[in-house]
Order: sequence, then C-alpha cells, then structure tokens
Amino acid sequence: MRKLVVTLAASAALLSIAAAPARAQEEKLPSPGWSFDGPFGTFDPAARQRGFQVYKEVCSACHSMNLLHYRDLEDIGFNEDQVKAIAAGVQVQDGPNDNGDMFQRPGRPYDAFKPPFANDQAARASNNGALPPDLSLIVKAREDGDDYVYGILTGFSDPPAGFKLMDGMNYNKYFPGHQIAMPQPLTADRVTYADGTKATLEQEAHDVVTFLAWAAEPKMEMRKRVGTKVLIFLLGLSGLLYAVKRKVWRDVH
Amino acid sequence: MASSSSGKFFQNPVVKWIEYRLPVFSFIDHSLGSNYPAPKNLSYWWNFGSLAGAMLTIMIVSGIFLAMNYQPNAALAFDSVERIMRDVDYGWLMRYVHMNGASFFFIAVYIHVFRGLYYGSYKYPREVLWWLGVAILLLMMATAFMGYVLPWGQMSFWGATVITNLFSAIPLVGDTIVTWLWGGFAVANPTLNRFYALHYLLPFVIVGVVVLHIWALHIHGSNNPLGIDTKGPQDKIPFHPYYTVKDAFGLAVFMIVYLGFVFFAPNFFGDPNNYIQANPLQTPPDIVPEWYFLPYYAILRSIPNKLAGVIAMFSSILILLILPWLDTSRVRSGRFRPVFRVFFWIFVLDALLLGFCGAHPPEGWYIVLGRVATIWYFFHFILLLPLLGWFERPLPLPTSISEPVLGGGRAPAGAAARSMEKR
Repeated sequence: MRKLVVTLAASAALLSIAAAPARAQEEKLPSPGWSFDGPFGTFDPAARQRGFQVYKEVCSACHSMNLLHYRDLEDIGFNEDQVKAIAAGVQVQDGPNDNGDMFQRPGRPYDAFKPPFANDQAARASNNGALPPDLSLIVKAREDGDDYVYGILTGFSDPPAGFKLMDGMNYNKYFPGHQIAMPQPLTADRVTYADGTKATLEQEAHDVVTFLAWAAEPKMEMRKRVGTKVLIFLLGLSGLLYAVKRKVWRDVH
Repeated sequence: MASSSSGKFFQNPVVKWIEYRLPVFSFIDHSLGSNYPAPKNLSYWWNFGSLAGAMLTIMIVSGIFLAMNYQPNAALAFDSVERIMRDVDYGWLMRYVHMNGASFFFIAVYIHVFRGLYYGSYKYPREVLWWLGVAILLLMMATAFMGYVLPWGQMSFWGATVITNLFSAIPLVGDTIVTWLWGGFAVANPTLNRFYALHYLLPFVIVGVVVLHIWALHIHGSNNPLGIDTKGPQDKIPFHPYYTVKDAFGLAVFMIVYLGFVFFAPNFFGDPNNYIQANPLQTPPDIVPEWYFLPYYAILRSIPNKLAGVIAMFSSILILLILPWLDTSRVRSGRFRPVFRVFFWIFVLDALLLGFCGAHPPEGWYIVLGRVATIWYFFHFILLLPLLGWFERPLPLPTSISEPVLGGGRAPAGAAARSMEKR
C-alpha cells in the first residue's frame, strides 16, 4: 500500500505542475489577505455590508449584478424591513396590468437587482463603446479573481513615460495590456461608511471585493461547514473500515 | 469457501420465495458475493475498477438531480446553472459533486487503465474485456465533452466549437458533417439541445458496456499482481467479504480526496472563463480543454496537418484495441519484466508530459516537447512493445500465487498446481 500512496502522490504532484495553465500575468497581483480564504474562512460580515454600500453607491452606476435579488441581501445581515426599503429604492417595470399596459412600481425583495442599462447596446453607448461586465460572478470568472479585482481597483495611475494610451482609455497596472476603458472608480472617501471605518482606497477596494466574493459564491460558508462534517465523518468511517478489513483479512496469506 | 453468513441469508423464507422465481440473490452472490472467487493477492491498485463504478453511479444520481433544474436552451442554460448554485436547495452541492465527479471519474479510470497496462491485464484471455474497457473510455470522453458544453460558459462554447470543427478535416464531406453535428451553421441552441439529450443518454450506454465488461471479467476472473493464472482454490478467496470490505475501505479514502475538492476547492479543475456566459463574438485568449483531455489535445496540436492531427489523436486511444497483439511478451506482469518496467514508467511520464504540453499554448519549446512526446507515445506501442517481447529476458515466474506468499512451505499444493498449468 505504501507504494501505491507514494506513486499516487508523485503523480498528483506531477499532474498539478502539468495542469498549471500558462499565466500571461505581467504584474504580480497584490493581496491584502482575505477573511474568506482557507478551509475555515468566512466572509467578514462588516466588510461585506460596507462592500455592498460601495457597489450600490459607485459600481452600480455602470455594472449590473443580474444574478442577485434584493432578498439575497438578508444573507449579508440586512433584516427584512431593510431589504424592503433597499428594494423600494428603485423603480422596476411590471405588467401588463388588466388594461394591457406596462407600469412602473417600487422594487420588491423578490426582484433581481435592477441593471443600470436597459441592454448591452445602451451600456456601450453610455460608456464610450465599452461594455461594463456584469459583476455577479466576476470573482470566479477571473484567475485569482479576488486579488485581481482588488488589483484593478487599486492599480490606476498615470501611464509610465513613453506608454502610448489610446483615446478614452485609462492606465491600469494590473489590467492585461494596461489599457482599461473604466476610469478610476474608487478614491479615498468616495463613500462615507456609517460604522466610522476610514474610507481609504484600499479599504473600499477590500470591502467591495469581499461583497463581490460573497455574490459569486453565496453558499461558500455553508459549503465549508458541511464539508468539515463530511470529512470528519469519512475519516472516522475509513478508520473503522480499515479495522474491519484488517480483521477480515487476518487469516489470508 | 462460501461463507456461512450467506448460507443463512438464503434460508430466509422471503429470500427463498423470490429466489425460486427469480434467482436474483444467487446472481448477485455469484457476481460480487461469496460465490465469486477472486485471486487472493490483489493489491490496492485493483480498487480502481470498483471506484470507477462508484463514480459512474454518483455521476448518474447527481446528474439526474441537476437535470430536474437545468434548462437546455442557449438563452437560459447559463443562468439556470447559477440558479441551481444559488436558489435550489443543496443545488451547489449537486453541481460541485457532478463537476468534480467528472475529474475523479477520469482519475479512477486512468489509474485503472495504467494498472492494466503495467500488469498486462489486456493479454490472453482478457482481450475482449480490454476492448470493452476502451469502449467505456471512448464513451466517457464523449459524455464528458458534451457535459462540459451544458453550462454554456465561454469554455463550453469555444471548446465545443474547436472539437466539432475537428470533423471538418475529413476530406470532401467534412464541412457537411460539421453542419450536421451542429444542427446549423455554428454552435448554437440546436447543438446545446442535442448535446443535452446525448449527455443524458450516453451514461446509460456506459452502464450497459460496464455490465458486459464485468461479464467478461467473470469468465476468466481478475488478473493479479503476479500475472499468473490461479491454480486452484488455494489461490483464491471469495469476493465477499474480502474484496467488498477492501473496496469499501478504498472507496472511503477516495471519497475523502474527492469530497475534499468538492467542499474546499470546487473550482480547482475548472476554468474561470466558464463563469462567463458563452459569447459567440468574443474568443477567449486561449482555449484549453479539461485536464483529462490535455494529452490528446497535445497530440492533435503536435502535428502540423489538421487531418493527420485528428487521425493521430483518435489513434492514440484506438491503438489500445490492438495492444494485446502489439505486446508480444507472454509474461503478463511488469513485475517479471525488468526492461518493460522501465519503459512503462517512461510511458507514464510521457503521458504526463503530453498533458503538460496540452495545457500550454503551442509556442516555442512546447511544440518541440509536444512532438517528441507524441512520437514517443506511438513509438512505445508500435515498436517498443513488439520488440521487447522478443528481446527481453523475463524473470522466472512463481509456480503459483500461493507459493511466493507461503514461501514454498506447501510443496504438494504447488506440485498439484503445476500440473494444472496450461500455458
């Protein structure tokens, strides 16, 4: 059995080298360290709520989050009335009514997050031809998505000397090709946090990434909790089965 | 050696009543129970067949639950998968179990195949058993490929485009075939619909071939680490309880690794691009298949001519069908083949190297490495194995399975066994 374990471990090591995709990353991404990293990591609840504030007050001007519903906000610590109030803050189209007309009404918790633009064409028309991506899954849709989004948000600067920036583009250290259509969205004190946290650029970026990481994987905490129990059970079961196996096989050989 | 516990089981009046009308219990007992004798020296490498069977079961069960909530429509598919992840009770679990299950099904099957390669399990009289295994592998690959298309992410879409386009390499009718496969002039809704239908169908075809695979296995029984035939009852133990408990232990350990990924690194084997909805107007920077296809992808890309590349890629699997005749050695187990054993491990490294090349864009050294590895892959089968059989001097084989274990303490049993030797 030792030979089997050694061979499997060696193959796994080789495989992980073999399968590592080529990364065209020119700059090493910054990582502030995430509360949700690791097998027992959870989302920092305060950072996640502040992150929602950043999304709502800044990002949502251009970026949709189509996979989220207002009701989902109860998972990040808003109570039912708060969620109702947040949802009621937008007007959504409903209908047709009994007269066959579409009408506007205040949002309800079961509504999906209202997108800033009616469609992709409208989004492009308002953004110099560029389409702001939906942010529901952005943290899972990029390699090292949490560090990547944090890098983009904190990576704006003036282009280095000699760098030719195209019209309407902005320099970003961490964006592939360094030319990004999005102007720098976050700056110090862009939002005012109710809990008194100082709204530095790094703090805002950290908070909104925590919120976006939750949005991309809302069941993560439950997954890790269940997983811990399952693995403990399986370890015990393996031990028992090994003992049974030894006992059954005692008289063979 | 039939165990007394099963004898008691057969005395139960209900069991007797059913057994008299449909002998299902004795069928199970003869298939996987106390009446199925197996060589007593099977190592843990022999666990991977039952592990593959367990994975197939898990894939079918989790897949059925996913199918209850999935929408095979190009406009709805991506969001329906996310709905499963977010709003369906334990949908995230079913989805991650299924997604990682594909990887671990392939891990189990690849280990199972390489075990067969090392111990010569494909040789006389198990050639048909081996063929059925190759058929299962091909069916698995088709099923996995079509399953990967269903979430309708960027890699789903572009992977489907690249792979279906391979058929355009066929002279004269290639383009017509591709249009026929797509159900249109590009990968689109009709393609997704048919892939879904086939993805639901093929696993049950696999189950059918697995039944044949196990049937063929039962005719001559399992091969074993010594690669010699069993010589009589002293070489065998009943499958139940010996191998049922050993397989159960192996399954629990395998589950720890597999579910470890499901719960703590569920996207490790995935590509971030597949969390972006399919967009026919935007090609991702590089299109990479799932890890279990990387070696074949490397072979495909190593050959400059498209048609030749496609032929080489399919040949890399199909060559296994004639392996029983390419390997001219009459000794099954690599344990007694000192030269083969070295080349076996070189072949394993070669397969890993092909996977490594498949994961990287075909530039610079990766092209050279990929080509060398491709040539070696076919060299191993076409030249090396036939020649090794002639020139290699195998180590002396033990006379029976019991002998090396008992240390020759039971001469009469060994002598009796020798007289039963056929080959």
